[in-house]
Amino acid sequence: MLIMKRPDIPYSEITPERTYINRREFIQSVPALLMARANTDERQTPYKDVTTYNNFYEFGVDKDAPARSEKNFKTQPWNLSVDGLVKKPQTYALQDLIRSLTIEDRVYRMRCVEGWSMVIPWQGFQLSEMIKRLEPASQAKYIEFQTLYDPSQLPEQRRTVLQWPYIEGLRMDEAMNPLAILAVGLYGKQPLPNQNGAPIRLVTPWKYGFKGIKSIVKIRFVEKQPVTAWMKAAPNEYGFFANVNPAVDHPRWSQATERRIGEFFKRKTLPFNGYADQVASMYAGMDLRKNF
Amino acid sequence: MLKPRAFVKVGVFLACLMPFILLLVALAMGTLSANPIQDITQETGVWTLRFLLIALCVTPLRKLSGWNEIIKFRRMLGLFAFFYGFLHLMTYLWLDQFFSVPEIMHDVVKRPFITAGTAGFLLMVPLAVTSTRKWISRLGGKRWQLLHRLVYFSAGAAVAHYLWLVKADIQRPVAYAVVLSTLIAYRLFDALHSRRVAEQRLGRGAVLSYSRLHD
Repeated sequence: MLIMKRPDIPYSEITPERTYINRREFIQSVPALLMARANTDERQTPYKDVTTYNNFYEFGVDKDAPARSEKNFKTQPWNLSVDGLVKKPQTYALQDLIRSLTIEDRVYRMRCVEGWSMVIPWQGFQLSEMIKRLEPASQAKYIEFQTLYDPSQLPEQRRTVLQWPYIEGLRMDEAMNPLAILAVGLYGKQPLPNQNGAPIRLVTPWKYGFKGIKSIVKIRFVEKQPVTAWMKAAPNEYGFFANVNPAVDHPRWSQATERRIGEFFKRKTLPFNGYADQVASMYAGMDLRKNF
Repeated sequence: MLKPRAFVKVGVFLACLMPFILLLVALAMGTLSANPIQDITQETGVWTLRFLLIALCVTPLRKLSGWNEIIKFRRMLGLFAFFYGFLHLMTYLWLDQFFSVPEIMHDVVKRPFITAGTAGFLLMVPLAVTSTRKWISRLGGKRWQLLHRLVYFSAGAAVAHYLWLVKADIQRPVAYAVVLSTLIAYRLFDALHSRRVAEQRLGRGAVLSYSRLHD
């Protein structure tokens, strides 16, 4: 007698052969699916606006100053020194350091602390990828970035508008967040225009724009929270975290709304600039009024 | 045909209107920045302050140069300060706040730079209203002059407004503050000087009545 034994797993649960054969393709598509969450499909701010309306005080404090005075800025060769709590403190030629990193397109919202915003298609790589390669020590709690100091190329550095060089920083978990990138291009093209922070700049879309330090020459892994340029300038107005937060006003103006460049009416500003689902957990239990 | 003096007046009028015309042209041609509303706010604001200071230059210029005719332009210059101030205020009320009364009230109370700006504008209102010949005679020259001293407070508020709104670079507001302080200092020295001259000429007893006449 032939007894038909039912298989342990119903056929409906068995992966079809086609999918099984193409499993690598499927796995490869996962990061792209995750990225689709980060990339916004909102209308992109025109290239002209992104490259003529800039806050880059080293070139001048007016919005059009960077685009007017970037001509003589030399970004090649460019060295990036890495020191502090890291396996191998070293100065790298930028192209050597980033050669093996994956350059991706990231379309991010950018919210300036002044109350305007843009949608910018960056090209860059995940900061976390580079950090893994640099192998910071376990005591490293923060990462600090420094802009080039060279008054001969950055004319406004002759005047103490801010304490030069410009300093910014991130807590290590923030730096490792997949949203944080170092941008090297814009609108599908490399290099980055000088006025946007060539050749390499930070982009943290859930934070106010001033966190996006430009023309980086130095990265340090440190134990203590860095004191950033804006914290030095006005500690009661600019905190270390600078997360976009409509509920916490700048001491002198409201942060509840913003004007998207190119739009007439103002929009409501979103917590963490609309990236709350990807970043809010990093700040769980923190008083965001104190840690502004 | 215009008389020469009327001709000059029309010329000055048009010159004062130029910042406004240039702003309209730039807006129409699309040559403002990526954030045109911000540009309009800044331009109208800075021209308000400039016209206040230009109007305050008239008296020192007249006294130092002896060119008395110039006083005839003071009212026009002051009214242009009011005109640009009005445009500046409207830009804020309409294009920034979209006439949301609670938001505006909140701003005026909570943000010192908005408070100062509002005060600066409100102080200009009685000056603009009483700028006519009729009002001068209605109030009497002495009282009218006293009322119009409000212009110093208005200009002071405008400078504070500017100083409190900039993020880091205070160079420009400080420059305006220096100009305003110089103009006020000139008036103080001038008043002291006239008093001293009167003292020498007329003896102590007459000084009080002299200064009352010439304040």
